[in-house]
Amino acid sequence: MNQAAPYVHWGFIVISLPNFVLILVMLVLFALGLVLPFPGGRARRGTGEESEDA
Amino acid sequence: MPEPPRPPRSWTRALRGIVQRELPLDHLLPDQEPAYVASWVYVFGVVAIAALVWVIASGVILAFFGPQWWHVSPQGHFVNSIHFWSVQLFFVFMVLHLWGQYFGATWRDGRAPTWMVGVVVFLVSIITAFTGYLSQQNFASQWIAINAKDGINSTGAGAFFNVLNFGQMYGLHVMLLPILVTTLVAVHLVQVRRRGVVRPIDPGRS
Amino acid sequence: MRRRPVDQTAYYRGVRMAPYDLVRELALALAAVLVLVLVLAAALSSPDVPAVTVQSWAQHAPVDLVSTATSELQGTTLSSAYGPPYTAPGEEAADAVGITPEEVPDSVQTLGPLAPQLWAGIHLPIHPAWSDVLHPLVLASVGNPALRQAVVAYRRAPAATRRRWLVAFQAQLGSARMVRGQLVVRPAQDGPLPLMMETLLTVARSGGLDALLTQSGHFYQTDYTGPLLFLGDGGYLPALAQSQHLLGDQWGMMNETGRYPGQAWLWLYTMWYQIPPYSTAGNADLLVVLTMGLLTTLLLLVPFLPGLRDIPRWVPIYRLIWREHYRDEAARRRPRPGPG
Repeated sequence: MNQAAPYVHWGFIVISLPNFVLILVMLVLFALGLVLPFPGGRARRGTGEESEDA
Repeated sequence: MPEPPRPPRSWTRALRGIVQRELPLDHLLPDQEPAYVASWVYVFGVVAIAALVWVIASGVILAFFGPQWWHVSPQGHFVNSIHFWSVQLFFVFMVLHLWGQYFGATWRDGRAPTWMVGVVVFLVSIITAFTGYLSQQNFASQWIAINAKDGINSTGAGAFFNVLNFGQMYGLHVMLLPILVTTLVAVHLVQVRRRGVVRPIDPGRS
Repeated sequence: MRRRPVDQTAYYRGVRMAPYDLVRELALALAAVLVLVLVLAAALSSPDVPAVTVQSWAQHAPVDLVSTATSELQGTTLSSAYGPPYTAPGEEAADAVGITPEEVPDSVQTLGPLAPQLWAGIHLPIHPAWSDVLHPLVLASVGNPALRQAVVAYRRAPAATRRRWLVAFQAQLGSARMVRGQLVVRPAQDGPLPLMMETLLTVARSGGLDALLTQSGHFYQTDYTGPLLFLGDGGYLPALAQSQHLLGDQWGMMNETGRYPGQAWLWLYTMWYQIPPYSTAGNADLLVVLTMGLLTTLLLLVPFLPGLRDIPRWVPIYRLIWREHYRDEAARRRPRPGPG
């Protein structure tokens, strides 16, 4: 782990592979946070019947 | 029947009244949330706080054994690794939390101060991490100190914030800045609990 | 402006509530993060490249060390005439050592009338020629008459003579060689400098120069300003940094030694250094600080800035965050099916 890291070049951007992977992981985590279903749906709906009251 | 004499005005009662009015216990520790709190995006903040807890816990151990310990002891190096990765996770989840709050425009309905305190937490965290990197007493801290001094000197702050002065940077890192970060995070949490979770954006309204 | 009282109960009126266990959520988060951190720490450890010492500098790049020491005496290193907070600004420092201002690297950064570096003043005074070179040699000359004579000759010589010796010696360093641990330079009109610099190198190789510089005359001390500035004046430390992609024009602020993630959150701060006009500006540091100060202020004030605060409405990410809520609202607004 103490050897110099590989670097990714894209235009004027030069980023280390560990940093690049980290940022990718962040984007994936954010996307997952948006789309993954959140537990407790039944509790939020009460008994499961549609409430007709506002 | 004569009324009992009024007790003299009490500062303690006044403060208690303010706290009970502004942040009653069932607002500080509610056991229910609005049904619209239904996304993993809401979890990024608490995960960032969890990471901060481990940053501080590992930092306390490192501070207890002194700044040289982790260079000479395998156990010390392991605790330093915990500190290093907790910091990485803290920043990852703090930024994810920032993205989530931004795209939800959660400063609405009087919550601008909550957003602003959050931004300050972010900035103070960066400075805290910076003093931590300077406190490592290895090649990285030598290089960071030598380079960072120019930016700081250009602002005039270098006259009293000397990144080449290990004692100063270490003292800031292990005591003053953690106190500041923790206090600001506590304020941020109180702000959130006081006002409750902001309602979803109403797509119809501008 | 009258401060409206916060009434959470009123805010939540009409909002459907559901059970939510915040404390259990925190406990789960603590456990999950701890497991993740322990796995990462056990599998990947953390970076710790040992500090550079003047001794290692003397062992790996002796000519560079001697050249830097000579430049300290000449007053042409980065720290010699840095300006506040360490020294007087370039011109004044140049006068003091009898060289022209053009020879002095100017580290004072200004932007038009803005000169906070100068306004702050000299609060961390340094004297690198004395502390990095002459003082160690004075100490080393105890019991060494030849060295004592050389140092006295140097210090008593007129400024113009010293300057002549320094220029001649520095010119020879280009072809200097290390032969059996000794610095060998061609003969030149450089007065006592060869003996002085050879001795300095010997003291450095023994670790004595580290001890002198880091102690700076005290028993207890925690301020490494002197020795760090000396290391930064040379070429050895920056060459090591370059090999690890840590230079300013290598996005270095974001990077870490080895294969570790660095400070990804500094991406925007370091980005400016890579592009014009910052990449070629002498006052790049001040420009970047001002730019980031402005952007940080904008971030702080997002709730009040039209445009910036409206982007969330235009980018429909919020529809994903609250999709369950919008679905339920739509179902509630649908007309109820009629009887029959």
